[in-house]
Amino acid sequence: MGGNENRASNEKVPIQKINDYMWQIPKYKPEMLVPGMIFASQKLLEKMKTDRTLWQCSNVAQLPGIYKHAVILPDGHEGYGFPIGGVAATDYEKGVISPGGVGYDINCGVRLLSTTITEKEIRPKLSLLAESIFRNVPSGLGSRRKDLTISNRNLEDLAVDGVQWLIDRGLGWSGDAEHCEEGGCMSNANPDKVSKTAKSRGLTQIGTLGSGNHFLEIQKVDKIFNEKTAKTFGIEQEGQVTVMIHCGSRGYGHQVCSDYLRVMEHAVEKYNIKLPDRELACAPGNSQEAKDYIEAMACAVNYAFCNRQAIMHWVRQSFQQVYGQDPEKLGLKLVYDVAHNIAKAETHTIDEENKKVWVHRKGATRAFPPGHMDVPDDYRSEGQPVLIPGSMGTSSWVLVGTQKAMDLTFGSTAHGAGRMMSRSAAKRQYWGGDIKASLEKRGITVRAASASVLAEEADSAYKNVDMVAETSDNVGIATKVARLVPLAVVKG
Amino acid sequence: MSKPDKFYGKFEVLEHTADAYIRAHGCTMQEAFENAALAMFETMTDTNKVAQTHEETLEVEAEDQYALLYNWLETLLIKFETEGMLFSRFTVSNWRESPEGFKFEAKIFGEKFDPKKHTQKVGVKAVTYHLMMVIIENDRVILEFILDI
Repeated sequence: MGGNENRASNEKVPIQKINDYMWQIPKYKPEMLVPGMIFASQKLLEKMKTDRTLWQCSNVAQLPGIYKHAVILPDGHEGYGFPIGGVAATDYEKGVISPGGVGYDINCGVRLLSTTITEKEIRPKLSLLAESIFRNVPSGLGSRRKDLTISNRNLEDLAVDGVQWLIDRGLGWSGDAEHCEEGGCMSNANPDKVSKTAKSRGLTQIGTLGSGNHFLEIQKVDKIFNEKTAKTFGIEQEGQVTVMIHCGSRGYGHQVCSDYLRVMEHAVEKYNIKLPDRELACAPGNSQEAKDYIEAMACAVNYAFCNRQAIMHWVRQSFQQVYGQDPEKLGLKLVYDVAHNIAKAETHTIDEENKKVWVHRKGATRAFPPGHMDVPDDYRSEGQPVLIPGSMGTSSWVLVGTQKAMDLTFGSTAHGAGRMMSRSAAKRQYWGGDIKASLEKRGITVRAASASVLAEEADSAYKNVDMVAETSDNVGIATKVARLVPLAVVKG
Repeated sequence: MSKPDKFYGKFEVLEHTADAYIRAHGCTMQEAFENAALAMFETMTDTNKVAQTHEETLEVEAEDQYALLYNWLETLLIKFETEGMLFSRFTVSNWRESPEGFKFEAKIFGEKFDPKKHTQKVGVKAVTYHLMMVIIENDRVILEFILDI
């Protein structure tokens, strides 16, 4: 496996302009079953041309059973096989399912909490609060929380029951589950399909933030763009404090991906699937291999929901400790929890016909419109909240899903800023201590386990998340609700 | 004591936008595999500070050299994640090749991760096959791979 074919990717990918924010990769080679469709400004498109993003999109367009077009979202960049910031929908029966179309960090995602506290009120307590969260939420290399020990049996139950398992054990409130994508639990999870290795990696890591681009932020609402929708989501006024948690399924999900990439390698031979890149390894939707992967993936999805649920619980505890008040009195309501790396069976209208498809979202956020049954009851009139985290020290966004997303991107939009500068280049250019000082100069409190991660995650190493949100809004695949800016950052 | 030749002699970090792109060198395949493992732990921590008080022996096998490199690194990553072990020295021996695949033994030396003692760099999520290369030249071996961060 692996190999030289990856290097043969310098071919020029033709692009046709449709409008200022839509560009098509025509079916320029016979293997492409559908065109590619890029949703980006000229500037974001130019960045995509500098790596293998567009070539990878033309490869995804060759997956058996793919419908309509392979999608690249405004934050698209090169990934493994599939580009990151992409969507592919394949036929439920005859189409393929690919673990690479979900990625290593299954259900890497974002959760947002609203509070009744204002920036002015939190300022004097900010440092203490950040410290308390940093102590309560394990972050960084090898971090684990010693008082949440779970047995193998617990791990199986949690993978099946999702966040409700933790809520039943006091780590959460009764309304939390409804404000998660899938109600915080994918129903077809089967722990028998998860390897022992994945389980042993998962045992020690539940309720940990990890490192890299994952973070926890205390933020304030900087600007509201859509008052009515914001209010429905619990975002009432500018200056209101929010908390954002960005992390995924940790070693449990990574191992599920790794295990099933191998399974799919064999499936590709078994079912005689022709692929332009081995990292697209996949199996037909109706095969045992695909069914097994989906059931294992669902476990990892639920694990990630639980991971964020446990972290949220400790955030609430930290507020309680610092304020000496019941967290319910401080708000601390879950606005929404959304997945960025996931494959799901959904129904979409394709050529005026309702079709059941496997939607692969890799670095993409579901963006369902008003009225959709999968949007929680209390948000249904507005549409699904879309959460787009920025990079460290920059803004993050709340958007709302639209019908246009259903029409254009299988109900999806962008998921983040996307890196622009390599980690090594960032480290050459910045020093962790300087990054911390410059954030603190801007009034942002920083607690980090690693100085080198601070340098690697410097905001200048990322694309501008505002441009990504703006583009999503301009295309109309999720429109702006509110911009959030950080007050305190906790990083692994 | 610092070893200034370390990053150029044993391995180097190549440019990659999101993740850790490593090129490990060796005069033999065994040595290149040893350096690949060292590079992975150097991504996570300063391996100079990892004492070699614990020793164990592993056997790694796979159908081809690419899968062998993947399995080797993944086995070590799992050791870190499940047992909290960091390693700073590796000796690969008993290299065997057959029509069924490749196999080797490794002695690995390290100690338990202690956040007070060991530098925390970035966590590795997974080993990947992306851009993976096993290059055998006359008198040297080069291994290239990406660690998902």
